[in-house]
Amino acid sequence: MPDHQEHTGPRENGWEPTIVAFFCNWCTYTAADLAGTSRLKYPPNARVIRVMCSGRVDPQFIVEAFARGADGVLIGGCHPGDCHYVEGNYKTLRRMALLRRVLEEMGIAQPRLRLEWISASEGEKVARVIREMTESLRTLGPLDLPGRRRRWDAEVTLPAVAAAPIQELAAQGR
Amino acid sequence: MQREGYAGNGAPRVGVYICHCGTNIAGVVDVTRLTEYAARLPSVAVAREYKYMCSDPGQALIRSDIAEHKLNRVVVAACSPLLHEHTFRGAVDAAGLNPYYFQMVSIRELDSWVHTDRGEATRKAEDLVRAAVQRVIFHEPLETRRVPVNPNVLIVGGGIAGIHAALTLANAGRHVYLVEREPTIGGHMAKFDKTFPTLDCAACILTPKMTAVGTHPNITLWTYSEVQQVDGYVGNYHITVRRKPRYVIEDLCVGCRECIEACVYKEAKVLDEFNLGLGKRKPVYLPFPQAVPLLVVIDPETCIEFKSGKCKKTCVEVCGDRGAIDFKQTERLEEVDVGAIVLATGFRTFDAHRVPYYGYGTLPNVYSALEVERLVNASGPTGGEVVLRDGRRPERVGIIHCVGSRDENYNIYCSRVCCMYSIKLAHLIRERTGAEVYNFYIDIRTPGKGFEEFYRRTLDEGIHFIRGKVAQVSDWSTQPEEQGKLTIQVEDTLAGLIRRIPVDMVVLSAALEPQADAEAVRRLFNISCSTEGWFLERHPKLAPVSTFTDGIFLAGACQAPKDIPDSVAQAGAAAAEALALIDAGSIALDPNTAYVIAADCSGCKTCIPLCPYHAIIFSGETAKAEITEALCKGCGVCVAACPSGSIRQHLFEDAQILAEIEGILAAVRA
Repeated sequence: MPDHQEHTGPRENGWEPTIVAFFCNWCTYTAADLAGTSRLKYPPNARVIRVMCSGRVDPQFIVEAFARGADGVLIGGCHPGDCHYVEGNYKTLRRMALLRRVLEEMGIAQPRLRLEWISASEGEKVARVIREMTESLRTLGPLDLPGRRRRWDAEVTLPAVAAAPIQELAAQGR
Repeated sequence: MQREGYAGNGAPRVGVYICHCGTNIAGVVDVTRLTEYAARLPSVAVAREYKYMCSDPGQALIRSDIAEHKLNRVVVAACSPLLHEHTFRGAVDAAGLNPYYFQMVSIRELDSWVHTDRGEATRKAEDLVRAAVQRVIFHEPLETRRVPVNPNVLIVGGGIAGIHAALTLANAGRHVYLVEREPTIGGHMAKFDKTFPTLDCAACILTPKMTAVGTHPNITLWTYSEVQQVDGYVGNYHITVRRKPRYVIEDLCVGCRECIEACVYKEAKVLDEFNLGLGKRKPVYLPFPQAVPLLVVIDPETCIEFKSGKCKKTCVEVCGDRGAIDFKQTERLEEVDVGAIVLATGFRTFDAHRVPYYGYGTLPNVYSALEVERLVNASGPTGGEVVLRDGRRPERVGIIHCVGSRDENYNIYCSRVCCMYSIKLAHLIRERTGAEVYNFYIDIRTPGKGFEEFYRRTLDEGIHFIRGKVAQVSDWSTQPEEQGKLTIQVEDTLAGLIRRIPVDMVVLSAALEPQADAEAVRRLFNISCSTEGWFLERHPKLAPVSTFTDGIFLAGACQAPKDIPDSVAQAGAAAAEALALIDAGSIALDPNTAYVIAADCSGCKTCIPLCPYHAIIFSGETAKAEITEALCKGCGVCVAACPSGSIRQHLFEDAQILAEIEGILAAVRA
């Protein structure tokens, strides 16, 4: 399988942020359906992946999404106390707190990972959250982790750098 | 990662089906471009578009392609999987392919309905279709799990909806546990005198049903009781019911009411809840003469024995050998197993105190409509006489519609029944008193069977209708004819002038609101509420009595304001849905359970405390985690937490989700 497949049409308005969203089946995904049946309008920047519970969202999925070029990751679960699976959302909350710190260390700013509690009746909130997040990512600009990785790789594989003794590098202040 | 499926397929051959949904999708998403795009994706053997994929020809298309093109994976891009995933899995199954070799993409609710830019919506659809194609390649054949279903049903709420659902199920031979928190069943309907638009006597149509519930061999009736705990899942709920002490032994009391006569309180002094405080009762009382079960209740708040312990206990004395009164009775817990649950917890009426300018609670002759229902009721506190608090008969009555409804300050929704009950009360008041009756309305809404005819009839009876929202009800007069009266100030929007109308009695047609504890009940049963607090149905049109929790159904006004015919119809529907569920004997559950790859498990026990269902145990023998599939509900919390990646989840495998992420972002990397 090729690494990527381009879209059939070119984008007219330049760069637009891409959000990977993980919505739990019972609350937030249903709310997104409600936003649809209510014909609410919001920016087309989010791509939703349905999971049964926000607690299924492995931090690896989030890191993977950023690594593959997502500008933001949104996780939607049931409100505290309302989890279809008793308390899966609390587990998500704790995991995200930890992951946020790791991501910050990696240079991924806080607003790029957003966790929201959206109940099945809050279609309006789905629209609002995606609208807000798209706006904030437009302000932050592209994360482009794949590009950054390529540049980092290029840096460390520079023949001069690779061959230079440590002391020399230190003297150059690298 | 890829494994052989039972359809015997090596290399994946994916069929992609793009639905137009009429113009619902095709109006925004360029379906032709999307289909061409899908056809070029790796592993895709065939991609087609069709007007309505869910229709018979649409499904036939999938079935014939599976045979003809030897497809071993299917992707349908259409509406929400919550709506039609089941339909398309069925089509795949019918063609002899395992139904789980299927992935559904929502390009309607998540795309065409929420976006307007054709180019962007199409790009999004392309991303989603590509993600699904990449995901479905990693799908594996799975077997649906079947679990047995307990044939009993729990019904919560003994109003007309709960009663009707209980009788329907009981008559079908199923055992019903009917739980009601008041001492008697009957709900709001038991308080009414006549019902619109036919003016049937409410008691005549309700009390026989109440009696049938009380005597039915298939109904266990627990009044003065509340559901305390709900465990389990569809087909296998375990319910704990808290039975409040009524200080009367149910099996011994025969409802003779001699204890009420004998009570040391010679006069009834306590405000009677059933009559909304318009009448009085004693500490030992029967809510109303036709109560079911016909058992007295002792109110410990007002009973002298409970307050001082020094009562002569004339009630015990008169009960004699029967010995039905038991001051030591305590709260009891009952536990039952049921397969399905019907919630019929009803509504409460809007508290008119919240609209201070209508004078409820400060001007004595301002009544709520429910109070007037009691006044016109032959078995009510006045024996059906419509009289004011000072005993006078009103000569002029004003009925104010939409109190708490269609009002930005309170509830924006229409309560649906108020126009009709206001017109009914207008008719009854005029019939009983000959008074001039004025209705103040925003719009008259009479969309039911026989409703408009009833409205026209009351017009002919000389009842006045004034279009305008009442600004104020006051007792100060500016004209001689207003003296000693209540004055309704209103803008008559048809005549285009401000009017002041003096009346003797004001009736406030209060909104219907969710029960005060609807939120707690919702949490107890793990269902959803609308923003107003009404219980949320699974789908407004396709699943109007189901909830998002399988096996829990809704009946009556707990779902939204409803009149009696609609409540009964919905109760019948809920009973039928419950019956369909339990009569199948067993139920198919999605095989989305977690499982352990024992070879990779390090025995770290991280997963064990995470599972709320205690489905994971640590085997001392193998020193590894083991999952009991029957207990697993498929949330996937343990899967995400397992440090060694040895817990996996059917239908939500890491490989599948990672493929979806990769598919979504493939275009970004370009």
